[in-house]
Amino acid sequence: MRNFEYAAADSEADALSLLADHPGETAILAGGTDLVSLLQKELVNPRRVVDISRVSELKAIEPTDDGGVRIGALATLEELLASPLAAEYPSLRDVASAIRAIQIQQYGTIGGDLCHLPNCWYFRKGYGLLGDSNGRALSEEGDNRYHAIFGNRGRAKFVSASRFAPSLIAWDASVRIAGPAAGEEAWLPLEQFFVTPKGDQQGVTRLAPGQLITHLELTPAAGRLSGAYEVLEMSGLDWPLAAAASTLEMEGGVVSRAKIVLGHVAPTPWVSHPAADVLRGQPITEATAELAGEAAVSEASPLKDNEYKVRLAKTAVKRSLLRAAGANV
Amino acid sequence: MPELPVAWKPQAENVVFGKEVSRIDGVDKATGFAKYSADINTPGTLHGKLLQSPYAHARIKAIDVEAARKVPGVKAVYVFPDRAPRTNEETGEPIYFEIEHEGQPIAAVAAETSGQADDGLRAIKVVYEPLEFFVDEFHLPRAVELGRARPIRAAQQGDLEGAFKAAAHTITGMYGIQTISHMCLEPHGSHCEFTDGDHLTAHLSTQNVSGTPGQFASPLGLDAAKVHVSCDYMGGGFGSKFAADEWDIACAAMARDAQRPVKLMLDRATELNIPGSRPSAFAEITVAADADGKLVAWDSHHWGTSGPQGGTVAPTVMPYVFEPKNRRTRATGIVTNRGPDRAWRAPNHPQACALTQTAIDDLAAAIGVDPYDLFLKNLDLTWSATSRNPADKDIYAAELEIAAKLMDWKAKWHPRGEAGDGPVKTGLGLALHTWGGAAGRGTCTVAIHPDGTVETFSGTQDLGTGTRTALAVILAESFGLPYEKIKVHIGSSKYPMSGPSGGSTTIGGVSGPHRRAALKALGRIYDLVAAKHSVDAGTLTAANEQILSAGKPVCTWAEACSLLGPMKVEFQGEGPANDGLTSAQVGGVQMAEVAVDVETGVTKVVRYVAVQDIGTIVCREQAKSQVLGAMIMTIAYALSEERIMDNATGRFVNADLQHYKLPRIGDIGELIVEFYEPESQYKKGVIGLGEPPVISGGAAISNAVANAVGQRIPVLPLTPKRILDSLRS
Repeated sequence: MRNFEYAAADSEADALSLLADHPGETAILAGGTDLVSLLQKELVNPRRVVDISRVSELKAIEPTDDGGVRIGALATLEELLASPLAAEYPSLRDVASAIRAIQIQQYGTIGGDLCHLPNCWYFRKGYGLLGDSNGRALSEEGDNRYHAIFGNRGRAKFVSASRFAPSLIAWDASVRIAGPAAGEEAWLPLEQFFVTPKGDQQGVTRLAPGQLITHLELTPAAGRLSGAYEVLEMSGLDWPLAAAASTLEMEGGVVSRAKIVLGHVAPTPWVSHPAADVLRGQPITEATAELAGEAAVSEASPLKDNEYKVRLAKTAVKRSLLRAAGANV
Repeated sequence: MPELPVAWKPQAENVVFGKEVSRIDGVDKATGFAKYSADINTPGTLHGKLLQSPYAHARIKAIDVEAARKVPGVKAVYVFPDRAPRTNEETGEPIYFEIEHEGQPIAAVAAETSGQADDGLRAIKVVYEPLEFFVDEFHLPRAVELGRARPIRAAQQGDLEGAFKAAAHTITGMYGIQTISHMCLEPHGSHCEFTDGDHLTAHLSTQNVSGTPGQFASPLGLDAAKVHVSCDYMGGGFGSKFAADEWDIACAAMARDAQRPVKLMLDRATELNIPGSRPSAFAEITVAADADGKLVAWDSHHWGTSGPQGGTVAPTVMPYVFEPKNRRTRATGIVTNRGPDRAWRAPNHPQACALTQTAIDDLAAAIGVDPYDLFLKNLDLTWSATSRNPADKDIYAAELEIAAKLMDWKAKWHPRGEAGDGPVKTGLGLALHTWGGAAGRGTCTVAIHPDGTVETFSGTQDLGTGTRTALAVILAESFGLPYEKIKVHIGSSKYPMSGPSGGSTTIGGVSGPHRRAALKALGRIYDLVAAKHSVDAGTLTAANEQILSAGKPVCTWAEACSLLGPMKVEFQGEGPANDGLTSAQVGGVQMAEVAVDVETGVTKVVRYVAVQDIGTIVCREQAKSQVLGAMIMTIAYALSEERIMDNATGRFVNADLQHYKLPRIGDIGELIVEFYEPESQYKKGVIGLGEPPVISGGAAISNAVANAVGQRIPVLPLTPKRILDSLRS
């Protein structure tokens, strides 16, 4: 680990001003579950680490005026699990409870999850997000068993690491981005927050230097069904091999609108329109869920080592729908 | 009186020996009072760190460490032997060191803080000339093409061709088991400190306390007598901690240069990568049976890699335990740029078992019989029927029966693939194993103090298995004392020599000498008590902290010891000896029940039964723990644990605990341990238990998965990827 300057913020404004001092040379510390290992491996080498963990205005989970919920970026996964407001969004609980390490539940924050950098082993070994070594595309040539099966025709083959993004996007969540200037803020649909980098200098989100995410807002849950399913190989702390989250609006026992988002299968959370389309006008049954799963993977483009993830993605979609419909799968 | 006969007490008279007792150091370990090498922080201790090669194969063209020496806080810099370019004195040609695998150490620094050590490492300039590398252990033709394959041995016996022709059933299959790392909970490393100028004290995490002082002394140019190796506690070794490793020598050399203590423990990525691995093995196997299901012919060719040395699993253990009369075994080692192997718990056996007994299970499925019946029918072909004689076929038969009852095998077993329509399929599998476990060399000094205090000194070590507790129990049973009162001193090279803890040799190696020393001491004490109290020494026994004559108390233990005189008296024990206290050769049967979700490929062990014979049991609870630990380790290598070597970079890409997947509590299922222990086992003598229970579970779990999903998933670990890839094809 290299030396860095540590600065603790006690308000959002304070955090923005501490970030503004060293444009592009700062890192934001919340729970630290990702940043600390990035620092240890010298994959990020900030001049200053801005600790926002004491900024109390970013911790609350509270109702919005329209009956939705606003979640502070510093809400921990444990707080999310305990929150009666979040309980109205079952797919979020499916994900929070699947993060089985108590330490991560206690320290990890929802904002940190959204900003978690990819677990791609080429990135983590220092070959950059695109996994380049002297012009060779390592994640294409090398072992890509955990890599993307969608959105992988460009140079980026890694999978988005966020556990919560699929279910939040399925709930049409929006995200508040503050900065870089004091008082500057923007609300963005979370679906648009993630980007697939095309060059070495690009990141995996729209966050610009000096910005931070402060809150998420979810529209009212009432009347909608949701479920998430992560394919986890291990019962302890483990990352999904594939995941899916579904939010459904039902009318007369059939789906009037479905939003189905896959995780850990593409460089960004992957919204599946084909899966949503086949469900419209259908009840949720084992058979329709299976069809939606098949539709979801119809455009998959697996790499040489990850054909199996197509099956997993299909299963995840199917089981997320069955969970949304109340089945215990 | 004449010397007391050397034997364990009659089984019925034991109070603590063979019973369930808590570890005498359990509280110390649980509370952190127990100090491991990483816990040693004598004043002024510097942080030692390694500079390692990012390349799998490269020449070192230049090393410049001068800038590192000037980094603030850096107190010593060490370049590993031969790494720096040299000149051939005769030809004048330069000689460049060839890196053979990623992570190979090049240099080390010791600094005041961990961060300054990192700064020091960054200041070292190394010029590499990258070379072609090869890390593919699976694709043999590619290795042959590149000249990386080394035929190791071919052995043939009987009329192979005739036997295959005459056979009623023949199957051919491909099988395999990937490389794993030792992954000790406590990483390798040491804390080294010089005192009085040239006396080294090394707190080394080692399986070889008595054997490592010389390993430090020679490269450092010290007298071995000036090196003290200490290892009070350690967190596992599994065969990878017999040496003072080159990074330990670096640690000591820097401590001497800096005249400060230095601690250098490997970090987790390095622990996974360089200090040991278990070689992979893949095989093409053809095996045949006659119409009755008797194995008649075997033909196998296996390959794999132990790293740069190019070894693989020893062909001598193929086929594993079952030996058809007509057989041929061939083996090919592959030279790879992968971290080197070290002995891993039951070297060669888990791989050989995973190759052999899966093929035999496939043969049973092809014939359409319950593998239980096929295994039972072929027990006369186990090594017990040959000159190797490691385990008894009748014991295997008894153990199969016990295991089947515990598993409810006959009620639960279904033909392969007939596991119902739902996505979660359950299945059963079994396998069996053998191991030696003879006593290693050992000596000890048992001291009896006039106040009755008993202590023992032995240069053995406790890998985490419970050696301390075993010694306390043996002496306590011998002297009729509470085991908590025995003072056990181990883990120091200043104590009487005891052998390395490997090959399951420790319990036999320490229990024999301690019982012998205790019997010598008892004989002396009985003589003194007999003289003082006018009783016949031959009637005396020790129990309940008393000396008894024909069952009646004569005096207390402390009163008896006071007769020894004003000074403590020491009794030496040594071993091994051929006196019946210890023995060798055990067997065991394991059965697994698994549930496989065929829509995700995720497999869970539902129930896992281990039946094991181990001769005389010293500490029942600790023996059971050995088996449980082995079963957990087995679930790891059967389902999720593997070293992933990347063909694009030559690097060990999952050298972290995120992608190097180890089971947690929820992955373990129900574990059932049963010792096979009729009276004959108690009379057999003490035998080591460390390795045998880790051998056959891989095959048993693989067989259970095949039974569940209807086909063999050829290569362990049985990850979702391997299961779904196989099911798709």
